[in-house]
Amino acid sequence: MSFARSVPVACVLALAVLVAIGLMLPEWAMFLTTMAFAKGMVALGIVCLMRAGLVSFGQGLYFCIGAYVSGLMANWTGITDIFLLSALGIVAAAIVAAVFGPLLATYRGIFFAMLTLSLSMILYGFLSKLSVLGGTDGLNVMAPTFLGYAPEGRALGLALYVFTCTIVVVAGGLIRVFFDSEHGLIALAIRDNELRVEYLGASVRNEIAISYVMAAILGSLGGVIAGLAIGHVDPEFSYWTTSGEFVFVAILSGYVSIGAVFISSVVLEVVRSFSNLYFPNTWQLSLGIFLLVVILLLPNGLGSLLSRLKRKKRSS
Amino acid sequence: MELLAYILVDGLIYGAWLFIVSVGLTLVFGVLNILNLAHGSLYAIGAYAAASAVGAYFALGGDAFPLGSYVAMIGGAAIVALVLGPLLERGLLRHFYDRDHVIIVLVTYGVFLILEDVMKLIWGVTPLFVSEPYSLLGNVELGPLYYVAYDFLVIAVAILVGLVVWFTLNRTRRGKVVLAVIHDREMSQTMGVNVDRVFMVSFVAGVFLAALGGALTAPMISVSPGIGVNVIIIAFAVVIIGGLGSIEGAAIGAVFVGIARAASVHLLPEAELFIIYLVMAGVLVFRPEGLFQKTQARKI
Repeated sequence: MSFARSVPVACVLALAVLVAIGLMLPEWAMFLTTMAFAKGMVALGIVCLMRAGLVSFGQGLYFCIGAYVSGLMANWTGITDIFLLSALGIVAAAIVAAVFGPLLATYRGIFFAMLTLSLSMILYGFLSKLSVLGGTDGLNVMAPTFLGYAPEGRALGLALYVFTCTIVVVAGGLIRVFFDSEHGLIALAIRDNELRVEYLGASVRNEIAISYVMAAILGSLGGVIAGLAIGHVDPEFSYWTTSGEFVFVAILSGYVSIGAVFISSVVLEVVRSFSNLYFPNTWQLSLGIFLLVVILLLPNGLGSLLSRLKRKKRSS
Repeated sequence: MELLAYILVDGLIYGAWLFIVSVGLTLVFGVLNILNLAHGSLYAIGAYAAASAVGAYFALGGDAFPLGSYVAMIGGAAIVALVLGPLLERGLLRHFYDRDHVIIVLVTYGVFLILEDVMKLIWGVTPLFVSEPYSLLGNVELGPLYYVAYDFLVIAVAILVGLVVWFTLNRTRRGKVVLAVIHDREMSQTMGVNVDRVFMVSFVAGVFLAALGGALTAPMISVSPGIGVNVIIIAFAVVIIGGLGSIEGAAIGAVFVGIARAASVHLLPEAELFIIYLVMAGVLVFRPEGLFQKTQARKI
């Protein structure tokens, strides 16, 4: 039971540290971290599925849904409150995922990956062609308000950062509890051998559908934050290369540690920003090489590195 | 009725192109069990190589015999395959064969990122135009419409490629060895098949087919950065529809998608961008393994 109690403690500690760091960060670094955390949320969703042995190559779908919900709601109804927008993003993603989840739950491996990818590409094609929603140019997103508080400039960046950190920590804590729950453990068992799980009486399809809906909600939340942070959304959010990056973060972090997901996301974002800055023409090249090196050197992801360190500490 | 004929002809032309572009992908998946995300980049490199080769051909006085530019195009694709194929397979992919499926997909994603920039480094970002081969064969009159004869050349090449691949796999000794490896890698290794070599040759063939697709496309478009990004997803759709690893499936899938797209262009232009994925999602819902995939026994 001590573990269940330690999760809230760890969450509060993590949030305090993150906010303290945020107060010291320059504006660009704050934006970078906000974006990295937003994308980390999507990757966390993929990790949920990865625990059951599935990889979604189309989480851009929910990232995009979240981003467009925040953009469209602000433009159409004037809602700019970030809590309300997040809630709407969750609802939209949950509805879409509830439709596709049970369907997708019968697919495995590469077929699951390709079907999710095709769903996200359908949304991409749809958004690119719909001029009401801005077509390929996308649309601008109004600055968010926080329960009536309407900051500007640096204060806005900071407020968004704190909001993001809170969401990340709360979601991370909840997911940790889920991972250690019966459902979360069944997911791990599915990864090992799904037929045995069926024989033992658990429903593999339900389990996967649940993980999928959760991944969708996390992706959508990430999208809401990213849309508001950039102030602009476009169909690229749903493009396959965007989804590819999320998968990269998930693989980079492994499926053991939740903190590792966000660390990997920050690492990727930093590598990207710096290679953008120093090798403006070959940043993809440096990113690709970075990716290959990571896969070669860290077969089980950054998470395995963290848990190895932990184990070493415990044994010494 | 006329509209139907247009849809059919357009669909066949597009389908033929799709087949050439995607057959390499399905071959590599069938033999090596790798879903190659860099396939689109190899296609783009093939297009660039062909553009350079054709440019060089005419610069060196090829005007006297312009049809030779086709040879130059194919030569460009062959060079790409012979250089990049062994390099990627022996130098990189080989190290990941015992790793998870998804990891290899991600590795090819890394290769895709790298190749995208390598192309910019080699050929720059200004678009290349080599339209000479496209107009060489003149036009064909079909009813009230004119088609560029080159489009029908693409159909011919697609049929030729399909036949050659099918014949090699099913009617030659080496092809049957490849089929054996597809069927059971370990067993064929025990029987004395040099699986490493089968892998490399198949991968090189896959790269050649991708590059050939690009080379054939180069005269029809302006060759510029980013042409490969879309192609890969379309090729995936075709291959998935047909059933991963099935050559016949890729052919059927290509015609299917080609006609669906042509129909959408003529009847509902707004849907053109996502009709392919819609078809793919539709097929997968009813035939999860694609049209031509044999069901496999689950291992406990």
